[in-house]
Amino acid sequence: MAVTEQPTSDTFPEAASPTHMGLPDAAGFFGEFGGRFVGEPLIGACQELEEAFLDAWADPEFRNEFIDVLRDYGGRPSPLTECENLSQDLGLRLLLKREDLNHTGSHKINNVIGQALLAKRMGKTRLIAETGAGQHGVATATAAALLDMSCVVYMGEVDMERQALNVFRMRLMGAEVIPAMSGSRTLKDAVNEAMRAWVSEVTDTHYCLGSVMGPHPYPWMVRTFHEIIGIEARQQVEALTGGLPDVAVACVGGGSNAAGLFAGFADDETVRLIGAEPAGGAAAGRGVPAIVHGMKSYFMQDEVGQILEAESISAGLDYPGLGPEHSHLALNKRAEYYPVTDEQVLDSFQLLSRREGIIPALESAHALAWVVQEIEQLAGKTVLINLSGRGDKDVRQVQEILDAQNGTVNGAAQ
Amino acid sequence: MNTTAAPSRNGVSLEAHLAERIAAGGKVLLPYVTAGITDDWVDLVEAVIDAGADAVEIGIPFSDPAMDGTTIQEASVVALDRGITPADALDQLRGREYGVPLIAMTYYNLVYRYGHERFAADAAAAGVRATILPDLPMEQAGDWAEAGAKHGIENILLAAPVTSDDRLAQVVENTAGFVYVVSTMGTTGERGEVDDAASVLARRVKAAGDRPAVVGFGISGPATAVAASRESDGVIVASALMRKVLNGESVDQAASFVAEMRSALDKEYPVEK
Ligand SMILES: Cc1ncc(COP(=O)(O)O)c(C=O)c1O
Repeated sequence: MAVTEQPTSDTFPEAASPTHMGLPDAAGFFGEFGGRFVGEPLIGACQELEEAFLDAWADPEFRNEFIDVLRDYGGRPSPLTECENLSQDLGLRLLLKREDLNHTGSHKINNVIGQALLAKRMGKTRLIAETGAGQHGVATATAAALLDMSCVVYMGEVDMERQALNVFRMRLMGAEVIPAMSGSRTLKDAVNEAMRAWVSEVTDTHYCLGSVMGPHPYPWMVRTFHEIIGIEARQQVEALTGGLPDVAVACVGGGSNAAGLFAGFADDETVRLIGAEPAGGAAAGRGVPAIVHGMKSYFMQDEVGQILEAESISAGLDYPGLGPEHSHLALNKRAEYYPVTDEQVLDSFQLLSRREGIIPALESAHALAWVVQEIEQLAGKTVLINLSGRGDKDVRQVQEILDAQNGTVNGAAQ
Repeated sequence: MNTTAAPSRNGVSLEAHLAERIAAGGKVLLPYVTAGITDDWVDLVEAVIDAGADAVEIGIPFSDPAMDGTTIQEASVVALDRGITPADALDQLRGREYGVPLIAMTYYNLVYRYGHERFAADAAAAGVRATILPDLPMEQAGDWAEAGAKHGIENILLAAPVTSDDRLAQVVENTAGFVYVVSTMGTTGERGEVDDAASVLARRVKAAGDRPAVVGFGISGPATAVAASRESDGVIVASALMRKVLNGESVDQAASFVAEMRSALDKEYPVEK
């Protein structure tokens, strides 16, 4: 296992990959994607946030505080683990960036600490958030408790059922969880609900958006807070292997963990960047982009432009679109995006558990599922997976699925 | 495109049409109807015009109406479940004489996907003289405004209570038709009272230039319509009307609600003859 120096504010670069993942243009576009497509009542809030973020990110004191909290509270740097057993099984060198070991169990804490500190600096007293699997909601509730702010989380009614444990976690930490009852009652609808709430509460409330999506500056700001993943991983892989990985893989819902990982390698042309999307929510490169949720990006939509509902075993990837920077990377072919099925994901979930003693989040299992699917072309390569979260939240759901499938009770044959 | 069914006031822009009543001291009334909400939704459009509407907003339902409150969300779901598409909506409007301009209100993705040119042509042929696209901000609206203008379609911009003075000046300059005064920091929906912010904003809009200022969001009936028109040039009524339709009220019942608002406005703000 490699030991890494924690980056300090002096070594923290402006953008980890200035060529391929640099700054958006003044209107918030990455190439033709992104922008700020919100109603007039929210334009001012987005402008205020953009200015506050620019100001904070240029302030060494803010960056130091961000890094200190991620270290002392969040547990960074997260380790890099070499998977000896699976490497042998699969015929490649498999490395995991262990975001699952962060406080609250996923990469989401990086972004949330950044935004919560920023909100505090802006004088806001309240955080609202949308959540799918509940991981971002839990992370937001955590940051609100830490910084003594109040917190409301919008969550699709369907997801509240699938992820009841995370609902309880949020409540335990003092957050209010409000069900989103419209549409598919999943992540897409929770985003709509949070945007509606934000309009009326904008003076004292910060909308802590959970992925690299939404109106400018969110996609850029959220990616920036997650760049630490890629920066650490690059140093750790170099220290361990003396070189760079051949492939860096991450799952993509909105795309925040992938953006953080990719930022560390985007300017290293030899490193292939792969996003694994759920087959029922695959958006990248789908013909015509759509304008929804404040941005222009690729979305699953019907022929007239109505946004479709995603369907995935993992609530955290149950989103019909992806962040605009990913659309840009896909169009430019700097990153590649592939779908994997729920069935493949369940297999990978069990594979990593059994062979490495690591129970991954169902979201993160998508990345491994792509690797397993492609073992032929990956033979002998060094493959880095961003293990974005741990599977505790999913164990119950998987148990039910597997018991039903195999006729077992609690995993044991009768 | 279809040229036989041009609306009767085809040469007159929405803004010029509204200006007639405003110049005479009256207030304009703009009801909103979700396309496809019922089988007879086009009859409802005609009925609210007969009841005294100065123009009608045609809501083309979108899957993710992020600026709308529960009533318009519900109306959108009902209409989408009944299978309406943007092309159907324009198609079903075409071929009748409305006598007043129609305004298409929807979210930008549906226009983008339809194609600017094609949407402008089809909308114009259906009697549409203006658009309201709440998620297409001024900075991004240029291409659509240009395409629409070629077909005589004006693009209406919104102003909100938090819109800065500088920005408001730009909105007033760049809008066409009128300035949509968003009465409150919130989503669409009936409210018992109109936010004080609406009067303040309407006054700011009028001070920033000589454009009609029409208040929307939260107009629930004759009383709120009269109150919200005090500092503005009139009102838009959407959720309160669609709530009646969702509750199963007939075209006549819904239209008589519009007639009540018309007479309340005319009583308070009589038009000089
Ligand atoms: C563990 C984990 N990974 C990934 C995601 C998806 O988010 P993103 O695509 O923004 O990384 C989630 C979302 O809930 C998650 O919980």
